[in-house]
Amino acid sequence: MTDAAPIRPGGAMVEFSGVGLRYGPDAEILSDISFNLQPGSFYFLTGASGAGKTSLLKMLYLAQRPSRGIVRLFGEDLVAMPRHRLPGFRRRIGVVFQDFRLIPHLSARDNIALPLRIAGVSEEDLAGPVGEMLSWIGLGERADAFPPTLSGGEQQRVAIARAVIARPQLLVADEPTGNVDPDMAMRLLGLFEALNRLGTTVVVATHDIHLISRIENAQMMRLEKGRLFDPTGALRYPPNRA
Amino acid sequence: MIIPRVPVQHRRLLPDRRLSGPTPWIIAILMMLTLLSAAAGVGLARSANAIGDAIAGRVTVQIVTANPVTRAEQAAALRRGASAAPFVRSARAVEREELQAMLGQWFGSAEGDDPMLRSLPLPALVDVDFVGGDRAGAMQALEALVAREAPGARIIPHAEWLGPVARLIRSLAWIAAALVVLMALASAAVVIMTARAALGTHYATIEMLHLIGATDRQIARLFQRRIAIDTAYGIALGSLVAAAILLLVGWQWAGVTAGLAATASLGTAGWALLLALPLLAIALAALTARQTLLAALKKIL
Repeated sequence: MTDAAPIRPGGAMVEFSGVGLRYGPDAEILSDISFNLQPGSFYFLTGASGAGKTSLLKMLYLAQRPSRGIVRLFGEDLVAMPRHRLPGFRRRIGVVFQDFRLIPHLSARDNIALPLRIAGVSEEDLAGPVGEMLSWIGLGERADAFPPTLSGGEQQRVAIARAVIARPQLLVADEPTGNVDPDMAMRLLGLFEALNRLGTTVVVATHDIHLISRIENAQMMRLEKGRLFDPTGALRYPPNRA
Repeated sequence: MIIPRVPVQHRRLLPDRRLSGPTPWIIAILMMLTLLSAAAGVGLARSANAIGDAIAGRVTVQIVTANPVTRAEQAAALRRGASAAPFVRSARAVEREELQAMLGQWFGSAEGDDPMLRSLPLPALVDVDFVGGDRAGAMQALEALVAREAPGARIIPHAEWLGPVARLIRSLAWIAAALVVLMALASAAVVIMTARAALGTHYATIEMLHLIGATDRQIARLFQRRIAIDTAYGIALGSLVAAAILLLVGWQWAGVTAGLAATASLGTAGWALLLALPLLAIALAALTARQTLLAALKKIL
């Protein structure tokens, strides 16, 4: 169940306006961030390490409120939103963490099923989708394995499966292919692209320049020292496509 | 619900480590002490009430007239007059043999047939029990009756010499009640610390659950259930040990029939209270855990 309103036609899925973020009394690590993410679009977020990509993603997946500015998600102001309404919004967002964040005492199957269980889907109804997802990521045989016994790449695949199992409207991925081989990276990117075609807005933070060139119509945002360059829709990457 | 229902699949979100920490054992010790304190408090309170009821309306009139014949006549007249008075429930002249038998215990003659004891000029005693209600008025009326029938006799209210004992016992009962309250607070503190420690231990899981859309209530229910079950184990263990101790003490107490000790018992209401306390403790633990968890979760976005 979600208590979030549908996005009005033509409206942005995500709107950042003059957003700044600081932790404690230190200087802002993100300053004057303004952009819109349109429903059904595909975005790459790039930038050097420490540029603030993860902090920006944290605001996108509602793990962090901005220190200043306006953030609207699915048409609603998130800065002033009471926290008891946040779970409804979070269920519409899938997140792939750089460090996977799998629950170590749950099997791969239970980790993937978690978003559906939290959303109240019955065991009968979730068994099929979870089984299909396990097969798709090539872990059907290891469904009952626990994360500590999985390789880095396998954990990454489970984390991605968990993020997409509930068909989120917004998928946020932080270096999702950092621990998988090129072949699996392309398969995972194919999954993101397929979800995007089905209407999911995708935001992928990555350093992998080859990955960026693989997605047609993807838009790029670049963070440098806490400031956003090439905002959505302004520039395309790579500019010198052959 | 004291122990919330959580689907089996959701229970697995917390690793199964029941009874691994010190909480159940600390709760067991506190519960045992709580039940023993409560039992002591109930027993003492009932004892104090029994003594209070017994002494509140009873006086002894001591007639010390030197002439034994006159003394006996005064005692008889006073008993008759008191028995007929509307403010008196009963009046009884204490027989000389009864007095001698009582004194004989101190003189080393159990039967009270010591010749020296027989020669003692013992006072005549009349025990008077007032009808309940206006005790002060009854005392004034008795004083008038004594002045008429046995001039010079002393009226000794039993409350004068047993009252301090009853007050002491009542104070001890209140101390026991305070101990019960303190131990309930200590138990709640243990539950609060346990809940906070659990949140700290499982912070990564909680953060993950939050980020995929779990509500505070869903997360709190998981921990509340685990803490309630752990404390229920401790409470059951502590209650069993306390019950064993109480039965042992009760068995030994059954042989005590003399003096103040004979007035101490738990009664039906006391046993009912002791049976209710463990259930109240489980409810208190679950409620405390829930409030602690919800308050702590609110600090996480």
